[in-house]
Amino acid sequence: MSSEKKTDFHVVNHSIPRRDGRVKVTGRAQYVADLKLIGMAYAKVLRSPYAHAKIISIDKSRAEAHPGVYCVVTGYDLDGLNPYFGHAVKDHPLLAIEKVRYAGEPVAAVVAVDERTAFEALEFIDVKYQELKGVFTPEEAMAKDAPLLHERKFEAGALRGFEGDVTAGKGTNICQTHKIQWGDVEKAFKEAAAVVEGNYYFPMTYAYAMEPYVAVADVTDQGVNIYSSAQHPFMVRHDVKSIFNLPVSKVRLIVPFVGGGYGSKSYTKVEPLTAACSWKAKRPVKLQLTVEEAMLTTRSDDAYTWMRTAADTNGKIIARQAKIFMNTGAYAENSPLVVEKSTNRCVGPYAIPNVLIENCSLYTNTVPASSYRGFGCAQVTLPGESQIDELAAKIGKDPYEFRLANAAKPGEEFFPGMRPFDGTLKQDLETAAKAVGWGTPLAKGHGRTVACSGSDAGAYPLTSTAVRVHADGSVTIMTGSTELGQGSHTVLPQIAAEALGVPFENVNVVSSDTAITPYDRSTGASRTTTLMGSAVLEASEEAIQQMVVMAADVLKVKVEEIQKVRGGIRCGEIQLNWSQVISKFYALPDGEVIGRSYIRKSGKFAALPVFWEAAATGVEISVDEETGKITMEKLATVGDVGLAINPALAEGQDIGAATMGMGIGLFEELVYQGSQLMNGSILDYRLPRFSDLPKKVELHLVQNQDGVGPYGAKGGGEASLNSMAANIANAVDRAVGVRIRQAPLTPERVWRALRDKKSKMEDRG
Amino acid sequence: MKLLFQLNGKPRQVDCEAQETLAEVLRNTLNLNGTKISCEVQVCGACTVLVDGAPVSACTYLAYEARGKTVTTIEGLEKADGTLHPLQQAFIDEFAFQCGFCTPGMIMSAKALLDENPKPTRDEIIHHMDGNICRCTGYVPIVAAIQRAAETMSKESKK
Repeated sequence: MSSEKKTDFHVVNHSIPRRDGRVKVTGRAQYVADLKLIGMAYAKVLRSPYAHAKIISIDKSRAEAHPGVYCVVTGYDLDGLNPYFGHAVKDHPLLAIEKVRYAGEPVAAVVAVDERTAFEALEFIDVKYQELKGVFTPEEAMAKDAPLLHERKFEAGALRGFEGDVTAGKGTNICQTHKIQWGDVEKAFKEAAAVVEGNYYFPMTYAYAMEPYVAVADVTDQGVNIYSSAQHPFMVRHDVKSIFNLPVSKVRLIVPFVGGGYGSKSYTKVEPLTAACSWKAKRPVKLQLTVEEAMLTTRSDDAYTWMRTAADTNGKIIARQAKIFMNTGAYAENSPLVVEKSTNRCVGPYAIPNVLIENCSLYTNTVPASSYRGFGCAQVTLPGESQIDELAAKIGKDPYEFRLANAAKPGEEFFPGMRPFDGTLKQDLETAAKAVGWGTPLAKGHGRTVACSGSDAGAYPLTSTAVRVHADGSVTIMTGSTELGQGSHTVLPQIAAEALGVPFENVNVVSSDTAITPYDRSTGASRTTTLMGSAVLEASEEAIQQMVVMAADVLKVKVEEIQKVRGGIRCGEIQLNWSQVISKFYALPDGEVIGRSYIRKSGKFAALPVFWEAAATGVEISVDEETGKITMEKLATVGDVGLAINPALAEGQDIGAATMGMGIGLFEELVYQGSQLMNGSILDYRLPRFSDLPKKVELHLVQNQDGVGPYGAKGGGEASLNSMAANIANAVDRAVGVRIRQAPLTPERVWRALRDKKSKMEDRG
Repeated sequence: MKLLFQLNGKPRQVDCEAQETLAEVLRNTLNLNGTKISCEVQVCGACTVLVDGAPVSACTYLAYEARGKTVTTIEGLEKADGTLHPLQQAFIDEFAFQCGFCTPGMIMSAKALLDENPKPTRDEIIHHMDGNICRCTGYVPIVAAIQRAAETMSKESKK
């Protein structure tokens, strides 16, 4: 970390141990899975065996007669509710209504005294289906005679977070389209010195948050209370309020510790169904999915990409064109935004004068796709960064040098209309290249590569917070940002402690209770440190302003005579800390001052994206040519985070993201055979394990304080995932001379590619 | 049926059903929620507890099998005076968790390793821990935490 600037911060930019350390290592941290309410019942879900079918009838009488069952809820029992939800497109019924659209879709829920009884009663529900023809790939969904998944027209969700038309529900299976264009692509490709072109496939993947989706709901005339493992409780609140036709003030979402998110717990999942169960059963209800059920709830969009990229004789990238078809599954969820993001992210962090990207996502009879760490970026960084290497090879350039020559520069408006680039890719790439030993000799069968990512991150800037300074000088931060493990309960107090000049230990966090904590749109897109961090800093400063006025009042002097010092004020010879100011103001050693902040798309956050999330990764791999197995020899991550509020946490995000990306590069893939998900279990879905750990790992941060967030910080935590699949594909090409345009690069795929290459060479020979 | 066993150093007797797993009895009957349940098929290691010192997956281990045995869960590691087990402290010091859902099982598996092999090599740690999945950390800081705890424990045993 030699590249770090020296700073004189007291609390931020220090690797302070996590605030949630002790509760998590002693087993005392409470997750929704651990929660029990008095009188709580348990729900279990009956799921469709068919991918596409009409529901002819549901007979639930035998199940309802089963001892211990309170009620059975079906799509026929939802009169009085608006049963469709979706922040982007309101296409998702909380239970199947009239038809099912994927194998695994919830059709009915049993509410019973315990989970086992609820589970037993599922088999007594008699559902008659009439099977319909299904579509499972974008190609099938676009066919002329393709059956429609959704016949009705949709309202746009109120909180989409992007502009543009709703394409869904207009008589085709198209869920969303998006297009960006500048320059003259046709002309540029005609004039190009070199062009590479290819088709790529990025697989469906499963985030595997180890805590599966879970909610506890209690619906009474007082309102709807829900404990949930949701990343974005305020977004869920909006869906629930619409379903129950209630004012916002009567819906309360509470999120305790969350057992992993990675985007998979973004937006609404099991909350509406759990609430409907409580509404029918007239008691609190817990719905805890199994991992197998979670795999039938959300996945990432798989993407079929055709891309071509052109360079001129000077080694300058002059054009890129792509057509992407994404498989969105049965419901839109957040895929419309994934489509927009993946379109933008095709440009990569490169300054390209001629660009045309067209993207289209299709409804299919598969598990609904939605956000997944870095949404949309990994899907197009596989083709994007693969073609950088392919193009470099074609014009005889070193791929690292080629990247350096074309990467967006600090302050460059490389994406028309967007915020100028706020990262330092040259330094990121240099650091990654050095870490993997670029230019040093390499053993036979080994390949070494670097790749980078720069994505429009931060989602939408709408964030508020309250920082309460108490009369004893301690502080409570009220934040709608959820602690998913990323460390917000540690980073936010660091920022408040730095700003207020109080000890870190005295700053506490209350988070993610929509009845108590001020509004925050979401906890995702790497936005918390930048947006909520800025809000906490502003609210702390606002509290200081108030306390300066209070000090003037107690000291009976003019406000201008009060001088701010660290942790308090000075006026002539008198020095008071915040505790003394507040206690003197109220004439009692109690009471508080509330600092506030409202952040919106304005001022320094007027330009989108909120920030460019920049990172580089470097790998060295070896390939066993007999088996096709790839071994990770080295991995380096470089997070370009502006200023790491907590460097250890920032590095932890990078290695975590890179490991997920490595999993997709090497073996993670959800596999459909016809209508059925074939590997919908952790027994069959291969995840990175200890034994997959790269032999050598280096974690680096680039800290140029160039972010829009507090003290020059900006977000991290997604970008190291994005480039990993491409990095592995490029490294395999450099190691053994085969170009694989599909992830994961399983031993079988590598072996087959090697065999094909060998047979071609033999044909020639 | 009655189940009598040693739990975190104290004898406990509870009623359990024949089909109940040890994880169900710990979580539902005894309210010891530190033992987490994730995959339910003995793949992820989140539910790891020690039975007579050996790591078992409580999600698939029948509670009745623990009769007369000694069971240690994550709740049994902290001393009465609040001192953490060296592994717990090392997990904090090395930032070896994020969401924390795998952490109790991870620490219990690591404890089984260090109890048997106080000075494991990196390869031995990786081999022993391969049945515990973490989705957040990329495993790097967990290996470091286990190495750090091993050093601490070896220093303590020399005192």
